[in-house]
Amino acid sequence: MRSGKVIAINGNMVTSTFEEKVIQNEVAYIVLNENLRLKAEVIRIHNEFCDMQVFEETNQIKVGDSVEFSNELLSVVLGPGMLGTVFDGLQNPLYRLAEETGFFLQRGKYIFPLDPDRVWKFAPSVNTGETLKGGMEIGFVNEGIFDHKIFVPFNIKEKCKILHIAAKGDYKIKDRLAILSNDSGKEYEINMTQTWPVKIPIKTYKEKLLPDTPLMTGYRIIDTFFPIARGGTFCIPGPFGAGKTVVQQTISRNALVDIVVVAACGERAGEVVEVLREFPEIKDPRTGRSLMERTCIICNTSSMPVAAREASVYTAVTIAEYYRQMGLNVLLLADSTSRWAQALREMSGRLEEIPGEEAFPAYLQSVISAFYERSGLVELYDKKTGSVTIGGTVSPAGGNFEEPVTMSTLSVVGAFLGLSRQRSDARKYPAIDPLISWSKYQEQMEENLLKTRSRTWVKDILKLHDLLFRGEEIYQQMMVVGEEGTAMNDFIIYLKSYFLDSVFLQQDAYDDVDSFCSEERQVKMLYVVKKFVDKDFTFKNKDEARAFFMKLIGTFSRWNTEPRESEEARELEVEINKMLEGVL
Amino acid sequence: MIKTFHHIERITGSVIEVKASDVCMGELARLEVKGEIRLAQVIRIDREKVILQVFGGTRGVSTSDKIQFLSRQMELIYSTDLLGRIFRGDGSPIDGKPSLTDGKQTAIGGPSVNPARRIIPRNMIRTNIPMIDVFNSLVESQKLPIFSIPGEPYNPLLARIALAAEADVIILGGMGLKYDDYLFFRKKFEEGGNLSRSVMFIHTAADPVVECLLIPDISLAAAEQFALEGKRVLVLLTDMTAFSDSLKEIAIFMEQIPSNRGYPGDLYSQLARRYEKAVDFEGAGSITVLAVTTMPGNDVTHPIPDNTGYITEGQFYLHGGKIDPFGSLSRLKQLVVSKVTREDHKELMKVMIQLYAETKQVQDKISMGFEPSTWDHKLLKYGEMFELEMMDLTKVVPLEEALDKCWEILGKCFSKEHIPLKKALVDKYWR
Repeated sequence: MRSGKVIAINGNMVTSTFEEKVIQNEVAYIVLNENLRLKAEVIRIHNEFCDMQVFEETNQIKVGDSVEFSNELLSVVLGPGMLGTVFDGLQNPLYRLAEETGFFLQRGKYIFPLDPDRVWKFAPSVNTGETLKGGMEIGFVNEGIFDHKIFVPFNIKEKCKILHIAAKGDYKIKDRLAILSNDSGKEYEINMTQTWPVKIPIKTYKEKLLPDTPLMTGYRIIDTFFPIARGGTFCIPGPFGAGKTVVQQTISRNALVDIVVVAACGERAGEVVEVLREFPEIKDPRTGRSLMERTCIICNTSSMPVAAREASVYTAVTIAEYYRQMGLNVLLLADSTSRWAQALREMSGRLEEIPGEEAFPAYLQSVISAFYERSGLVELYDKKTGSVTIGGTVSPAGGNFEEPVTMSTLSVVGAFLGLSRQRSDARKYPAIDPLISWSKYQEQMEENLLKTRSRTWVKDILKLHDLLFRGEEIYQQMMVVGEEGTAMNDFIIYLKSYFLDSVFLQQDAYDDVDSFCSEERQVKMLYVVKKFVDKDFTFKNKDEARAFFMKLIGTFSRWNTEPRESEEARELEVEINKMLEGVL
Repeated sequence: MIKTFHHIERITGSVIEVKASDVCMGELARLEVKGEIRLAQVIRIDREKVILQVFGGTRGVSTSDKIQFLSRQMELIYSTDLLGRIFRGDGSPIDGKPSLTDGKQTAIGGPSVNPARRIIPRNMIRTNIPMIDVFNSLVESQKLPIFSIPGEPYNPLLARIALAAEADVIILGGMGLKYDDYLFFRKKFEEGGNLSRSVMFIHTAADPVVECLLIPDISLAAAEQFALEGKRVLVLLTDMTAFSDSLKEIAIFMEQIPSNRGYPGDLYSQLARRYEKAVDFEGAGSITVLAVTTMPGNDVTHPIPDNTGYITEGQFYLHGGKIDPFGSLSRLKQLVVSKVTREDHKELMKVMIQLYAETKQVQDKISMGFEPSTWDHKLLKYGEMFELEMMDLTKVVPLEEALDKCWEILGKCFSKEHIPLKKALVDKYWR
């Protein structure tokens, strides 16, 4: 093994000598004593020295400590058993770690990510003599509700012949399942796991397709006004306290996808704990199984070492890509990409690189784009499709979107769900501001939306979106000229926009019923809302107009929180219809 | 093993550089300046150059002063004898009593808690302040800052919450505290008979700036030990702005590239490492953190309050002696509201705040000289009652009484069909 000696320590950056050679981005260990080895990654090489970022606190390291180079890039282990598991940024399983080390994370303690003793039922799907290459399936095991496919490792580029394939039966992850041989006679033994370097995208698929089907989140403002596509990207920037995390968590709970990978990156531990403790209890209504069975959590909270935070988003996206290869729709939620960018900034500062804006490194933009580009809808070798959708929250300093991370992110994502302080202060949740948000997917998915929702869908939404702008305009005018200086027509337009905002855009994430609004219900609600918006009202005066809309909003809000089939819901619907006909 | 060196190569601000070997990161050293001992800690090593921050400051340090490396990291000697005592940031007593010698040696700034061993907070901490209890309930194991500006009564508010709160141990970490404020806290704690369940770690404005860096770590290290023994600990930190400014100072002496208004790029991580010590241990006690952050220039976008807001679970804004109902937020309130509190709590707080927000808009409108409508008049009346009954910080009102008051205010100002509340609740509680 190649080794070296520590010569300098600066925060979490350690400089070392090396013998013979060193590989950029290879993993190295700093040896404090025989029981304590700290994981690090080589990030810069200059002359006879290399700089490494250490994934742990660097206390107690001293000049002269030895360094061991591993010859491997930072990688994750892929295989069955990742769902329902909570990993740290370096893929250490936190629950099993807790069994060994108790309340606190112990420095330098790394354990194998998957359970080596668990037995899986394997069923082969190929026969001896068939020819395969990396990324093709040899069989599958049952992981909860999914058929977890076992692939020929992605890094095998050449065609290989199957010399042996295991029979149907019980195996552990390290048991040999197949032997392959390539043309030149080199043999590969395959088990359920493979390792893959996290910073390199998995590309063993036929082609990337245009994302054209909606990913339902249950949030009306998103699904109807600023939809997200399966295989697309979106970002949720917002000042603190505007409700980013609630939006993110609600989406992770409700989104209609097969698998959700949550990367809690440099955020509060408490938020992860809510997911950890609640998801096992919540039943996924579509499968009847616990939500945890479709969730994988990568958790590197703000108090955990910074370098591992940088690694955590890559660990997460690699796991997401792996499940995509099985023909599944995967949603990756990264909260928050700003913390990840800050980790880059800290390291860049220690490397004494020339800083860009706000001291972020000049390569910030390209790093962010490369990350979001790992999303996509792909056609796999077996003609099935799989997708990775990436959503990231952004925490801009001072809530000002004109900052490097938000700007870099906006230039690469397909939908922008901007939260505003103004809306959250007024307790209008979700505080996604319809006046600044946008989605490129409404047009991209038009064909599908017109088929499944209504023939005039996209046009209708544009019209309603305009109403919101018009309403805001009138509201601003009203602030200057007063209500009495506002024409009755304008006043009614304002009330209509206020009504649309109150009953459709706002939604209670904590209400059992309202927190998830199905596509069917959204389409129906929008149909009713639109009738009110399109109707010409005549009122005696503004007070009467206001009273009418206030009552309407009250009734509608109640309707939103009643289960659709309930007696109350039907009564409220009747009442709303009466209001539309002017009976009440 | 004690390693002694006699030559200091460089002195910048509170940072010194010496040539030394066999020294490790974070190691403590003793610097002897004219017979007086100052504590220093290794913060960077480059070959034989060792850079240390000197907690007592470098005024009067000579290049030939003796520096001894102690082969140990910063530690706190923990035992229950800490209770009732007052210390400096380095753990030396300032209450005239002897130092603690017997106890568990505990590293300060220790490792992070495994998220898998945390539990979801579930106990409300009652303060009998309606703006907190009703609208932004404080929850055990929460970390909450009070955003304020100099001159606001944040320390009295902190003291009041501390004394009312049901906690087994109170730990006060004072940073850059005015001597008067220190005496105020001591007096308040003595009066309430709370001294025996408190520990104070005090850095006053007169002490060397860097020493303030130790206060949160040592306070939280002590808190952690009490919590592991099953105690519910409340940690009060005032003022975290002084702490952040010390970080800035050191960063500048170290010639780090500043990221935002001179603050180091790792300000977020530094603050998070402290705040994240707030925890509810599975099968042991808990730590709740209340911290004061004075906002320079009343600017919430300033890096200190901004980064803090992203870390903490909400914030209280203290403006003009009142807790601001709009910006203030307790992120954990959902865990207790209408779960351990009364069923109407959740809906009521939402509606009450929405109406008050509308009231504010009406007031703006009127101040621009416009006629209020009938609805506006109702809102104005509502606003007046809300401010009187809910926002006054001197009022001591238990939660249930405060909720009743809310219904009473709604009843007096509006008719029920205009208020978007669930029918079942309206039927039961409307007055």
